[in-house]
Amino acid sequence: MNTLAEGSKEKLEQGRVVNDFSIQVATVNGSGSQSSNSVLMRSIFQMGIPVSGKNLFPSNIAGLPTWFTIRVNKDGYIARKAETEILIAMNPQTAIEDVKSLSSGAVCISPVELRLEAIRTDVLHYQVPFSELAAKASENMKLRKLLTNMLYVGIVAELLNIDHAQIETSIAKQFEGKTKAIDLNLNAVKIGRDWARENLKKQDPYAVEPMNKTQGKIIIDGNAAAALGSLFAGVTVVTWYPITPSSSLCEQLIDYLKAYRIEKESGKASFAVIQAEDELAAIGMALGAGWAGARSMTSTSGPGISLMAEFTGYGYFTEIPVVIFDVQRVGPSTGLPTRTSQADLISAHTLSHGDTKHIVLLPGSVAECYEMAGDAFELAEKFQTPIFVLTDLDLGMNNWMSDPFVYPTKPINRGKVMTAADIDKAGKFERYRDVDGDGIPYRTLPGTDHPQAAYFTRGSGHNEKAGYTEKPEDYVNLMDRLEKKFQTARAFVPPSVVSLEKFAIIGLIAYGSSDFAVEEARDQLKVANIATSYLRIKALPFTDELRKFVEGHDHVYVIEQNRDAQMRDLIRLELPDLAMKIRSVKHYDGLPIDARFVTDAIMEQER
Amino acid sequence: MTAAPPTNRIGLTLNDYKGAPSTLCDGCGHDAITAQIIKAFYELGTEPHMVAKLSGIGCSSKTPAYFLNRSHGFNSVHGRMPSVATGVSMANHTLTMIGVSGDGDTASIGLGQFCHLVRRNVPMIYIIENNGVYGLTKGQFSATADLGSKAKSGVMNELPPIDLCGLAIELGCSFVGRSFAGDPKQLVALLKAAGSHQGTAVIDVISPCVTFNNHEGSTKSYKYAKEMETPLHELGYVPFFEQISVDYEPGSVQEVEMHDGSKIRLKKTDRDYDPTDEINAIVTIKKAHANKEFLTGLLYINENKEDFTTIMNVGDAALATLPESITRPPKSALDEIMAELM
Repeated sequence: MNTLAEGSKEKLEQGRVVNDFSIQVATVNGSGSQSSNSVLMRSIFQMGIPVSGKNLFPSNIAGLPTWFTIRVNKDGYIARKAETEILIAMNPQTAIEDVKSLSSGAVCISPVELRLEAIRTDVLHYQVPFSELAAKASENMKLRKLLTNMLYVGIVAELLNIDHAQIETSIAKQFEGKTKAIDLNLNAVKIGRDWARENLKKQDPYAVEPMNKTQGKIIIDGNAAAALGSLFAGVTVVTWYPITPSSSLCEQLIDYLKAYRIEKESGKASFAVIQAEDELAAIGMALGAGWAGARSMTSTSGPGISLMAEFTGYGYFTEIPVVIFDVQRVGPSTGLPTRTSQADLISAHTLSHGDTKHIVLLPGSVAECYEMAGDAFELAEKFQTPIFVLTDLDLGMNNWMSDPFVYPTKPINRGKVMTAADIDKAGKFERYRDVDGDGIPYRTLPGTDHPQAAYFTRGSGHNEKAGYTEKPEDYVNLMDRLEKKFQTARAFVPPSVVSLEKFAIIGLIAYGSSDFAVEEARDQLKVANIATSYLRIKALPFTDELRKFVEGHDHVYVIEQNRDAQMRDLIRLELPDLAMKIRSVKHYDGLPIDARFVTDAIMEQER
Repeated sequence: MTAAPPTNRIGLTLNDYKGAPSTLCDGCGHDAITAQIIKAFYELGTEPHMVAKLSGIGCSSKTPAYFLNRSHGFNSVHGRMPSVATGVSMANHTLTMIGVSGDGDTASIGLGQFCHLVRRNVPMIYIIENNGVYGLTKGQFSATADLGSKAKSGVMNELPPIDLCGLAIELGCSFVGRSFAGDPKQLVALLKAAGSHQGTAVIDVISPCVTFNNHEGSTKSYKYAKEMETPLHELGYVPFFEQISVDYEPGSVQEVEMHDGSKIRLKKTDRDYDPTDEINAIVTIKKAHANKEFLTGLLYINENKEDFTTIMNVGDAALATLPESITRPPKSALDEIMAELM
């Protein structure tokens, strides 16, 4: 049964809309819709069409509303898009609001009994007897509920013309090796598809057509990507405490470590993963391991970062390598645990009491989550200090299309570690002396067989020989060397990515997951005759490109996902003489930033 | 010409096991413990460079600077030495670890981490230098102060103590001892035995604070401890490298064989105490509190419990020094993973 509303007539007249729309599936969490959504997304991906998927979920296990959005875009834009073209309204709790939020002419697929056609007459409704169809799919009541999700996959597949062969492949991948599940689900898709073919008259303009834009690409979430980066960086000690949205980073890392880092003959592990009692312990363990010479890491989110403050300051002051992943969520406090944010920037950068500044890496894609995980371990040992890798829920937990990751080209470098032979050669070892003039001292590992190798690590004042001191000159000497080391890091952290547009007087600056929206917004602005250059920051401390970029433009917009314009403020501190040129675009409602928001915000200020 | 100082089995002198001069108050119990730690490692003939010494914050936690100068030291943050120790142990399980903490560091701010260290059975010697007060902040009660114990200011402690030995046994600790800084003979034997133990060895040592808790009315003063100390047994330790056989009256000695072949010899006193009986150990500790007794010795030992290194299934070599050929999987691994994601 379908009702054609007035608004949709116009859309039809515009002709077909191919490979450029968003599908939103509204369900209840715990209903098993995740598999169906993955199958739907993957099938389109396998047709060669760029897609991105976003899971908007509550901090709850079962029974609360959840939304999954699949954006299909022929031009390869994979940022969130605010508007939905096709709604699959499966959740009676939210159906009315969901339909109300559609724009005129959109499509709504819903269970017939919800009678949504009365709520919006300007929307094209496809009403489906899901319960009836589910009864056909299985006699088992429990399974019916799960299979209902596969029914909508079949219906959408028919309406959009998704290759059945791709659905078969996706289902086989999703239910790897479980023949019974594969058959059941495929059958449900078929029931949905057949019903749609026989009962629905296609009246919407949306369709997919095969392309060749995804061949050779992978789909992965940022947490898995960071886990892979850590695996290939040779991480040996991993400590963590479960917290959304970072848990899946360590969980996926555990799977990879078990698969690739257990010695075949002995069955022994070349790694240790410890689920700590809290984040205080997680960072303590990681620091202990880093001090003793392991490549160590921990992964957490905002509340964990707060708990790690004291130890992170210790790591900075005593110069211990460790990598800390912060998959940011909305704070402060518990905040919105399942929503995304970039608001830990300043707190991570300056984490701890006292004068503290940490190196922070800011991956802007899943590929960079992988690469920068590797960079982080190298930098941690090179600079003998905690390194933060700041991702966020959007990047970390959502599925992204990417080019395959590249195997590390450089051998692992453990930094300035002196062996017994090195000490003999040098004639002495002083833990905190700046021998090379770069602010980075030498260290020894426990177990080094040399009478002069040992030193005493303390969070209290220490001199170049690691001896206790409260002398003013010793303290100043130490703090100045730490600052020098931080300045040295500017030349070694990943440089900003700069894209200059001819005649552009406006510069855009962004970082992390905002990149997708900014890239798309630049194209939208171009259409509106606003040319923009773009600098994407990949790390703190800032690299040399920043000043040049700001100087080279009349004014710049710093686009970020937090309330306080944290990056803008850091840039103003960095470039006080240019502070007046630096404007802000902020998005902080917990949803991933979208291109239209950026474009509108800039147009508004440019008016 | 003076005679060369005596050396131990690896040719080092007692001096080679010493640290920087102590900056604690004269007569501090902690210094007495430090002296026994030096002696224990010297007599065991441990390679100093294979020892890692760790601590938290407080007077007690300063002491790793005063012993084993040739060992790496890690004076961490308040109450968090256990997590650091766990990380060090995972990175390099070939090290012998000794942690020194205090009653504030372990029983208050660090209670959680202490519990989880014990629960994991991280192989290390964990010493609590227990004086019932916060020394560095000038004499506030700690959580191990006995009910009714009097502070220097005359204030009475109104809360019951946390018994760290009882707690450790409850948490499954595989080696639990209690001693007194004024009983060097027993302490050094306990320390050496702890060094042979594979797992967490907790030793709670009553260590009087001469400045803030050594007065009349204190239950952690030298005078009180000396008068009240009741050893559960006469404790002897025979290292694996010098097996001495002594004839004892049958039934008067209990011998516990350790992993490395060393033996603990427990000569019975008028009590008949079996430290391998967990339930009895808990009951004994409870009764001691009720009877206001100060029992010392090896309270509990279990040589059959797996330590954390074993549970974590790491190989013989330290994770810290594994070469890239082991820690970085080959390109074929990445290719395989990428293919699965396509």
